Amino acid sequence: MSRSAKQITRPALLGRSNTARSAGFAGLVVALVLLCALSVAVGTRSVGWEDIAAALTGHVDSIGAAAVSVRIPRTFLALLAGASLGLAGAVMQGVTRNPLADPGILGVNMGASLAVVIGVAWFQISSAQAYIWVAILGAGGAAVFVYTIGSLGRGGATPLKLALAGAATSVAFASLVIAVVLPRNDIAGGIRSWQIGGVGGATFERIYPVLPFLAVGFLVSLLSARKLNSLALGDELAAGLGERVAIARAMAALGAILLCGATTAVCGPIGFLGLVVPHIFRLLIGVDHRWLLPFSAIGGACLLLLADMLGRVIARPAELEVGIVTAAIGAPFFIWIVRRQRIREL
Amino acid sequence: MTMPSSTLDHIVSGRRLRTRRYRMVLGLLAAVVAAFFVLALMVGQSVTPAGDVLRVLMGENVPGASFAVGQLRLPRALMCILAGLSFGLGGVAFQIMLRNPLASPDIIGITSGASAAAVFCIVVLSLSGPIVSIVAVIAGMGVALAVYGLSFRNGVAGTRLILVGIGVSAMLESFVAYILSQAPSWSLQETMRWLTGSVNGAQMAQALPLLLALVVFGGLLLSRWRDLEALRMGDDMAAALGVRVAVTRVLVIVGAVGLIASATAITGPIAFVAFLSGPIAARMVKSGGSLLVLAALVGAILVLVGDYVGQFVLPSRYPVGVVTGALGAPYLIYLIVRVNRAGGSL
Repeated sequence: MSRSAKQITRPALLGRSNTARSAGFAGLVVALVLLCALSVAVGTRSVGWEDIAAALTGHVDSIGAAAVSVRIPRTFLALLAGASLGLAGAVMQGVTRNPLADPGILGVNMGASLAVVIGVAWFQISSAQAYIWVAILGAGGAAVFVYTIGSLGRGGATPLKLALAGAATSVAFASLVIAVVLPRNDIAGGIRSWQIGGVGGATFERIYPVLPFLAVGFLVSLLSARKLNSLALGDELAAGLGERVAIARAMAALGAILLCGATTAVCGPIGFLGLVVPHIFRLLIGVDHRWLLPFSAIGGACLLLLADMLGRVIARPAELEVGIVTAAIGAPFFIWIVRRQRIREL
Repeated sequence: MTMPSSTLDHIVSGRRLRTRRYRMVLGLLAAVVAAFFVLALMVGQSVTPAGDVLRVLMGENVPGASFAVGQLRLPRALMCILAGLSFGLGGVAFQIMLRNPLASPDIIGITSGASAAAVFCIVVLSLSGPIVSIVAVIAGMGVALAVYGLSFRNGVAGTRLILVGIGVSAMLESFVAYILSQAPSWSLQETMRWLTGSVNGAQMAQALPLLLALVVFGGLLLSRWRDLEALRMGDDMAAALGVRVAVTRVLVIVGAVGLIASATAITGPIAFVAFLSGPIAARMVKSGGSLLVLAALVGAILVLVGDYVGQFVLPSRYPVGVVTGALGAPYLIYLIVRVNRAGGSL
């Protein structure tokens, strides 16, 4: 094996044999189940086992049981959102072949925010269905826009150009959001808290409408794993292997956009999760998307549950929105990646 | 060896032409600033005749005009000019030093550092007045230092610095979002207004410290303009021309951060002014003098016009930051496209 080839196939810490990966995956799923249990049990208010048991069987007699019964949909939402964002991040990094791709950095979440805010302020949308459609539209529009701008000029969509285009678009959208919200005192508070990104206050009624979108998103994303593997070889080689590059890319991107848009509609923009998770698992299990995608989904769910619990515990008796926690963890990670990479000059 | 006299003539006449053009643009910009200043004093909710404005400025008590002009319009217009000069000057200094129009303080996290400190002082510590400005300046310096240090690896590459700045700024913004989420809801509208950048309720007492900062830090920058011009050609070239690169860098950072942070502490981060002024000024002249003064004047015009539009032209009243944000967004995108295509800089 030549030196350069060795550098390309980075060592995977968990090993790249399928048994090792399967074992790792099983371990991760177990961890996820444990975290779900913890997330129901741990919170601003400490509760006893009988409260948890009561809430799980549908009784809300004590304050503790009531607290737990609020935490169940919250945990469920954190699980879904984390899995979606982790998976969407992995797909986006594959589609753009760009280590800095993340729904937050590329402005996709902000696009969804802007669309929702405009919908609320000008078109009086209020149904959950409408929220989701609008958010997905906004996410898709922003993704196409940022990718188009970032890929103009020499060298196509380099990490730097994409990140800059995304950051710039985010700033621009953010000021547009404020422009829409400011004159309307009535919706400012609600939108402000939605904008930070959090899973608190979740109810099953708010989660149900988003499930079909997420299901399609998961399916499309996971099915595109093989295509992403071909794309990773470069467009020419992928085309040579019989892949229709443009269609493969559009399919995978569509999956990611569905996931981000739907998640943002319910939780608000949660940044950096999609950036961090795929990098961790690329280090652990290697670059094969057939493994990387499911690992990223489960890992994203684990991380978001952890971040949510952290936010509930460290600021007692108040709560820290999970969007703030993920940014506080994720931004240093982003800087670390930037320092590690040899970023091409503009 | 002597140059053929025709070539020499050509160079001399070209240089004279550029100098003349530079002076013309400079005079024109100054005239525009003055014109908008007068307009802002004369025309508001009602039109005050020039004579009355003049008498108010001379200190006479004119019934019906003293309050509107002396208490409302004059401080506001002055604040617009001072903030615009500070943002324009600070922004262009960074852009020239890092040789990249995207390296403006709003993108690389310095503005968000100052915002975070100011919001923390205002909301959590309930401070107000000059102490907030001082803390904001110190925090801005700290963030600049941190970004510079974090992007240091065998020297600082401009692109790495920008990306690290994006990460740092995301982190600081999540901090701001957290503090705002804790803020009492009656102050929400006000803090949001501040975060967008606004000169509402400007007072003479606020203008003085800003003027002081402009003189001290702006003077520092202007005294370095020749070294900055040399830095535009690259660090090695500048060093060969006898510029002490490291010292100049530190001085420029101190000056620019001082300007940006003091203005941010008082008016909030007025979106995109620091970012836009330099490139706009650069398109007006080729060379013939320093961009610094031109960019400062452009900044003043942007803020004056933005505030005027936000107050009187749009259907509902917006703070100036919303207007400059909305105006700046398309220009920013255009700039990214142009930089991508040409790979050029300021």
